[in-house]
Amino acid sequence: MPRRGKVALTQFAIVLGLILIWELGVRAGLIDPFFFPAPSTLIARIGEWMSTADFWTDVSITLLETVLSFLAGIGIGTALGIWLGLSPFAAEVLQPFIKMFNAIPRILLGPIFVIWFGLGLTSKVALGVTLVLFVAFFNTFQGVREVNPVVLANARLLRASKSSLLRHVYLPSATTWILSSLRVSVGMAVMGAVVAEYLGSSAGLGHLIAQAEGVLDATGVFAGIIVLSAFVVALDAIVDRAEKRLLVWRPAPAHEA
Amino acid sequence: MEGQPALAVDLRDVMIRFGDFTAVKSMNLQVGETEFVAVVGPTGCGKSTILNTVTGLLKPAAGEVRIFGKSLRGLNGQSGYMLQQEGLLPWKTAQDNVGLGLVFQGSSIAKAREQARPWLAKVGLKGFEERYPHQLSGGQRKRVAMTQTLIMQPKIVLMDEPFSALDVHTRRLMHRILLDLWQADRRSLVFITHDLDEAITLADRVVVMSAGPASRMVGDVRITLPRPRDLSALQTTDEFVALYREIWSLLGAEVEKSYATQG
Repeated sequence: MPRRGKVALTQFAIVLGLILIWELGVRAGLIDPFFFPAPSTLIARIGEWMSTADFWTDVSITLLETVLSFLAGIGIGTALGIWLGLSPFAAEVLQPFIKMFNAIPRILLGPIFVIWFGLGLTSKVALGVTLVLFVAFFNTFQGVREVNPVVLANARLLRASKSSLLRHVYLPSATTWILSSLRVSVGMAVMGAVVAEYLGSSAGLGHLIAQAEGVLDATGVFAGIIVLSAFVVALDAIVDRAEKRLLVWRPAPAHEA
Repeated sequence: MEGQPALAVDLRDVMIRFGDFTAVKSMNLQVGETEFVAVVGPTGCGKSTILNTVTGLLKPAAGEVRIFGKSLRGLNGQSGYMLQQEGLLPWKTAQDNVGLGLVFQGSSIAKAREQARPWLAKVGLKGFEERYPHQLSGGQRKRVAMTQTLIMQPKIVLMDEPFSALDVHTRRLMHRILLDLWQADRRSLVFITHDLDEAITLADRVVVMSAGPASRMVGDVRITLPRPRDLSALQTTDEFVALYREIWSLLGAEVEKSYATQG
């Protein structure tokens, strides 16, 4: 515990120090506030935003898009991973196509999704899904493939049916893999939502940043980035809790014991 | 054989081949309904192959497998198989692991737990119901695995070197627990081991197999030690030592041979 306290304290000191240097640099005229607006202005801007209803609409829209693309991506990716993990034939057939799709820089799909689905929620979720899906897919696939053969043999000897195997053996085994990639998936979902908003939308945090950029308002861009970071950190904390709850059965890593 | 109850397991001249490789040339193994038979043999003699045949996972190339008098087709529905290696689900607690087979049969999880708890108590794991496998010692995990098989009340219990990975003291404890359970509810039990001490301590009969490949049965010795057996003093009795010598005279030569073929 004292070590953890020390770590937190040092982290806090680094952040505080950086902010202080930045702020003083701007005030002393060493840093141009047009490119690097002072932290105090950023805080003031965020405070200003938080008092408007529009800002909270932006946040909730981005949150909704993130959650939807996260859930849909995990769902589709997991289903696909289980299917291909259990069917070597299908895996072999589909492998080159999956690799090809995964090789497409997803940002390029943004404009296409806007054309297909319009400027609303759907195009944002679609982009997020294409990002999350592959992370979930590859991890589930791996998890299903790497089920301990002894555990599997034992379950079969206890006369597990196909669906029982799926429910009690394959899925829990894949869950560890999916969960370990959850953080990456959340990041991907946020990225998908924000990038899609940035490319073309009428609301959301990405839209907010794009608007500020449009008028060369560095304060708005920086403030937007800070809000976005806080947003991701908050989601990360939720994922952390979910992971701890779902993986109680796993031995604690040696350094935490 | 007339008038006698049907044998639980009856292998007649069973031959097992994998392609051109003959693992077991000819095996005759008869196990009665309440009999404890240990199969010993040098490594690589196809001991596990025998169990896989009794389970129905392997089809004999020649000969016949009869289970309770009926020729075996497909998987054996009367057998429970305890593997040598750890097969517990790491994401399930001890009681959920024990009740796993019941859940597979369609029982509810609550019901399975209810049935699993007394079984855990029987093997001295009361209070460990909610532990996950990684929170148990090797011997405790073995006990969970054992009850996982036994809770299904199979008529034929198959065990493939179940205690080989344990230290001597833990193994002794496991022997005692296994014998207590078996004594209370006798079933047909086929126990594979490479440890002759273990075989004589536990079994009614010890079957010796020759070195592989193309192994066959070279001995079938009745263990006359009275039951219930007092395991603490058993291995130093004259009877035990005499049996050990007798079986080792068969097994020792085969072990030598297996060394020779392995170079």
